[in-house]
Amino acid sequence: MTDGNIIMPRRRFLTGAALGGGGLLLSGCDMLTENEGFRSVLRSGEALNKTAQRLISDRSALAREFSESDISPTFKPNGSISGATPEYSAHVADRFANWQLKVDGMVVRPLSLNLEQLMAMPSREQITRHDCVEGWSAIGKWRGTPLGMLLKQAGLSTKARYVVFHCADSFNADPYYESIDLIDAFHPQTILAWSMNGGLLPERHGAPLRLRVERQLGYKHAKYVMRVEATDDLKKFYGGNGGYWEDAVDYDWYAGI
Amino acid sequence: MTTSDATTADEPLQPGDVIKRHRLSTRIWHWLNALTLLVLLMSGLMIFNAHPRLYWGEYGANADPAWLVIDDAGDTGFVEFAGTRLETTGVFGIWNDAEGEVRRRAFPYWITIPSNYDLQAGRRWHLSFAWILSLALAFYMIRSLWNGHVKNDLHIRKTEWSPRHIWHDIKEHARLRLPTGAAARNYNILQKISYIGVIFVLLPLMILTGLTMSPAMDAAWPWLLDIFGGRQSARSIHFICAFALVAFFFVHIVMVVLAGPINEIRSMITGKYKLPGKVETELTEGEGVRP
Repeated sequence: MTDGNIIMPRRRFLTGAALGGGGLLLSGCDMLTENEGFRSVLRSGEALNKTAQRLISDRSALAREFSESDISPTFKPNGSISGATPEYSAHVADRFANWQLKVDGMVVRPLSLNLEQLMAMPSREQITRHDCVEGWSAIGKWRGTPLGMLLKQAGLSTKARYVVFHCADSFNADPYYESIDLIDAFHPQTILAWSMNGGLLPERHGAPLRLRVERQLGYKHAKYVMRVEATDDLKKFYGGNGGYWEDAVDYDWYAGI
Repeated sequence: MTTSDATTADEPLQPGDVIKRHRLSTRIWHWLNALTLLVLLMSGLMIFNAHPRLYWGEYGANADPAWLVIDDAGDTGFVEFAGTRLETTGVFGIWNDAEGEVRRRAFPYWITIPSNYDLQAGRRWHLSFAWILSLALAFYMIRSLWNGHVKNDLHIRKTEWSPRHIWHDIKEHARLRLPTGAAARNYNILQKISYIGVIFVLLPLMILTGLTMSPAMDAAWPWLLDIFGGRQSARSIHFICAFALVAFFFVHIVMVVLAGPINEIRSMITGKYKLPGKVETELTEGEGVRP
């Protein structure tokens, strides 16, 4: 037998098989994506990523800090660019003069602090990179109150395991919220920032206060923070997944990658 | 029966002889990798669709200069490379989905996982299969060092490095004259360079640049940012290496087809490989030819 006689049909067969296989793979992947069982298998990748990343990194390993010359000329505002509640509009109107941050939940001494009080507290400044889940990055300079310090001042309960951030912005009438665990809450670079690039935090970036949690992706960095609540269980909040995007489109709660 | 194990054969190998070609570890890794890389490519293109621009340096967003952009303007889809626009309407930037709906995304539905725009599902697929890729690669590297695959099959010997030898091999490939008989038993220099390039350069680069895009990894291993020159550079290198792997795939498929697809594919399934070339004796003809 000679290869010459059969190579064409073979080729045609292979091409057909490749195209058919490709189509089959695509619809198969779409079906798997919709399948709840398979989704939970893929979701176990998130737990694996969190465990592995926490295993190899020091609890307080710092995100890289940059110099002034590295700051992005334009820092892209993303997600909400303003708060959505009437209260928020009132705060903007009087330049946050009557705004107060509440720190409550599983704490011994709930706090209520206005912007002046927050700014009078010891603060941390850091020039860090903001990484969006979509793929872009921007570098900005932030100054704010270390979250760990506020939690200590409020006397965090030993039962508390998470910190939830309640925000003034919303999507489709659902209020934005986010949450982190205590490892990130007490990380030295985790701050509630009231200043960006040397000025007061602009409205489109979350005025008067936004979270910086530097080892995670952008959607964890809650803007328009109104209230910080310590809790033992994220199931108690909204959709139960620990954040607006986590509830709405199944984003990973741990966004270190 | 023709010689089945070259190492015990006294007679020189002839075209038509069936030899043991690929180890079990190579065969398993090959097919697992084929599937894994396909899923990673397609889910990666979905993730790329969320921000179809590439930059150099530490930062990069819409206002910053991008060296590669896939976008749409009006009714035109385009790929912009280093400032030069190429119209790609219907394929990249703007295309119709399976239902005929006009979509304005970089890569079309038929090449992404999932086929509808879903960043989070794409990330789930990508980040889960990245584990399979990394663990399988680590296992295969160690196994290949251990079982002599690297030393005996992939190692490029001194004589092979001579420019004359390499040039000769390039000319032979360009004329589509592939080695036959005993000469086809071992990988040639171009094969070795390709396989070493994939296993020890491209795939590790894919994994490391992928990790560099993780903010938690950058805190844990800040040297990642130093070797790649920042997160956005790492993202660009990730994309370039992915397309180098795609290029490898197409050349690989062409070579398999030219070298005899049935024999080649069979050798990667069963491990047995019929040495190509004109079979001279009646005795060997018909043996080991049947797929």
